[in-house]
Amino acid sequence: MKGKIIVNDQVIDWRAGMTVSDVLTVMNYTFKLLVIQINGKNIKRDDWPTATVPEGADVKVIHLMSGG
Amino acid sequence: MNIGEMKAAHKRITRWEYQPGRIEKGYNDRTLHVDLSTSTVTEKPVTPLMKDKFIGGKGFGLYLLWHATKPTTQWNDPENEIIISPGPCAGITQYAGAGKSLVVSISSQSGRIMDSNVGGYFGPYMKFAGFDAIELQGKANEDVIIVIDGTDHSVTIETAPKEAIDSHVLAEQLTEMYAKDEKDKINVAVVSAGTAADHSLIGMLNFSFWDPRRKVARLKQAGRGGIGTVFRDKRIKALVCKTTGIKPNWNNVVDLNKIIERGQRFQKEIKELDDKQCEMRDKGTAHLMEIMDAYDLLPTTNFRFGKAADIGEDINKIHSNVLKSLFNLKWRDLDGCWFGCAMSCCKSVDGFELKTGPYKGDKVTVDGPEYETAAGLGSNCGIFDPLHIIEANFYCDTYGICTITVGTITAFVMECYEAGILNKERTGGLELKFGNSLAALELIHQMATGKGFGAIAGRGAEYMKHYFADQGWGDRQFLSDIAMVNKGLEYSQYMSKESLAQQGGYAMTNKGPQHDEAWLIFMDMVNNQIPSFEDKAEALYYFPMFRTWFGLCGFCKLPWNDVEPENNREKYPPKEAAKVPEHVDNYLTVFKAVTGRDIDKDELILQSARVYNFQRIFNIRRGYGLRQHDAQPYRACGPVTKREYESRQERYDKQLVDWMGMTPEAVAKMTVEEKIAAHRKYRTDRYEKLLDAVYKRRGWTRNGVPTIAWLKEIGMDLPEVIEVVKPLQ
Ligand code: SF4
Repeated sequence: MKGKIIVNDQVIDWRAGMTVSDVLTVMNYTFKLLVIQINGKNIKRDDWPTATVPEGADVKVIHLMSGG
Repeated sequence: MNIGEMKAAHKRITRWEYQPGRIEKGYNDRTLHVDLSTSTVTEKPVTPLMKDKFIGGKGFGLYLLWHATKPTTQWNDPENEIIISPGPCAGITQYAGAGKSLVVSISSQSGRIMDSNVGGYFGPYMKFAGFDAIELQGKANEDVIIVIDGTDHSVTIETAPKEAIDSHVLAEQLTEMYAKDEKDKINVAVVSAGTAADHSLIGMLNFSFWDPRRKVARLKQAGRGGIGTVFRDKRIKALVCKTTGIKPNWNNVVDLNKIIERGQRFQKEIKELDDKQCEMRDKGTAHLMEIMDAYDLLPTTNFRFGKAADIGEDINKIHSNVLKSLFNLKWRDLDGCWFGCAMSCCKSVDGFELKTGPYKGDKVTVDGPEYETAAGLGSNCGIFDPLHIIEANFYCDTYGICTITVGTITAFVMECYEAGILNKERTGGLELKFGNSLAALELIHQMATGKGFGAIAGRGAEYMKHYFADQGWGDRQFLSDIAMVNKGLEYSQYMSKESLAQQGGYAMTNKGPQHDEAWLIFMDMVNNQIPSFEDKAEALYYFPMFRTWFGLCGFCKLPWNDVEPENNREKYPPKEAAKVPEHVDNYLTVFKAVTGRDIDKDELILQSARVYNFQRIFNIRRGYGLRQHDAQPYRACGPVTKREYESRQERYDKQLVDWMGMTPEAVAKMTVEEKIAAHRKYRTDRYEKLLDAVYKRRGWTRNGVPTIAWLKEIGMDLPEVIEVVKPLQ
């Protein structure tokens, strides 16, 4: 997918060098208990600011609170 | 008047002495029954069947209430009971969050079977005094208090004519009255309601715990469904329980070391991870304020919108950091509502000077606000003022009315006011516009006196929607659409419009729309983890059953998933991680270590399923509990008004294309009214399909009745239960 990525089944714009943290900012995902997977692979929290998201990636940002 | 004079005015009606017992494996094996009509006190055995099928807590409450009442019993009939039961694990201090009680009664608001969970010291102290539950039945002729004295093994019923009714005063008066000295105050627990419980149907109960650092009786609430109204209708002013002090193993558990080991492991998690995760020790559940806003889930102006910005407001005004700045965090890690709770989420605002009402000018300690309170009394009423939230929180507590209910009621009447259904003439002069703090507070004060418009509002949203339509003030359908009420109970404070699973999580509950059965919004709406009806049905099976279990045993839900082990996310696939498997294992271990019963995670779900189905059938026995009663107000499901639609036009238009298969060209030609109608049809049908899927998964008929085969499979095939469902198969 040219210039796009999929985040939780939503298609959003991609740009070169986009990190996991950037994706969270774009999506306004401010919750803290998250599991992040890029193309099925877990990305550790410490790596979120540096891990880049490839074009066309399938990103899952799983919010864990079962909560309330 | 001083405490001595108040005590001197008491007249003893009954004194009953009992043999001291010994708790074995979490059970006293007896319950206490108080009949206020005849002023008699008796004890009853806990049978093996009760322990086997109902475990304790809510299970005991439901079992005892079933046998105490008839299908026709009304909330204000003398035979209606209030049952308080803490559960076998309640009272341990070595694992966090093990001091909860469940309160069960026929609801004054809905006629259904209500249950409400609550912290504070009364439940565990009653266990230490010798009883696994108390049944309060009958009605007294005058205001009485009931004192369970675990220090001399007696129960007394006495008149109490001089004490206050409002909880923040009464709890302190009685704590002082029944404590030997200052140090002994921690050994006294009080249950009370308040003046609004006298004049409304939405009364709640406050359970005290003495805070020796602040030197005040703090209050935790059994809020939902009007149990405080039932309490005052019985002319009970308060319950008092005295104990001799906490002992490390008062429950005589099977394996204390195991509990200590798991407890320490959990404490370490809190210490190391809470600041990075939910900040429960700093903010309590109020940490959710800006998170809910960011995800479009914060109810704003009667659940119309999910964000402060939708009405030109700023979430930062009621951001959790603002609330935190008002909390006294001097004893941050000791703010537990039961001993040993490292999560210590019970925050308080100390020295708060009241600006309105009968206590104007007083400086008080206010418990909370928790998220539900801040969202309900704040954003949902369009009031983004933290000081308003704290003042309204205080008055709801001391008057004995539920903050969630009051929030949703006020939001409803404010929308009615803005829609012209209400006006100053109809509200007796109250200008109930969204954002009007003084009018919202005045409404609460009127509920306390039962005067003015407060007398109408205090009957709840279900009553009001019919009343306003009957008066010819507004369109019946519109009122039904915007009154956020199901099963006679007001919604708690989350937006469910974009989460079908949460719509079920609210409207398919036993007691009414409270989020304590299932909170599936992230899983469903944000993560898209449960896309099919079957997936949603599975979640609406597992989570309500799992969460029911806390209330059977005496646990608090919060330590389960408001902190998670550091490696939870790496170790388990996301759907499993949401269940926090290591914490589930802690609970299984602690349950076994207390009771000696070795259960696995499947048996845990079965234990809950038995009680859950019993409660459903109890409602069926009373003429409720069927498919028609699981219907939701349309506001919970989709956009009712043009303004709501237009606020999220892009999203809704896209859904017309993606979900309903319309072409963008066709959508472009539709009026907003036509689009709203298309959404309504689609979303309503979809909810019906969800009902089908969930009923199937839960082993119920299409009408929502548990099947006999299912009841046999889970082991809830008691003859009295089968008798109710047999004609409905
Ligand atoms: S987590 Fe909070 S509500 Fe639950 S037991 Fe601990 S202090 Fe009480």
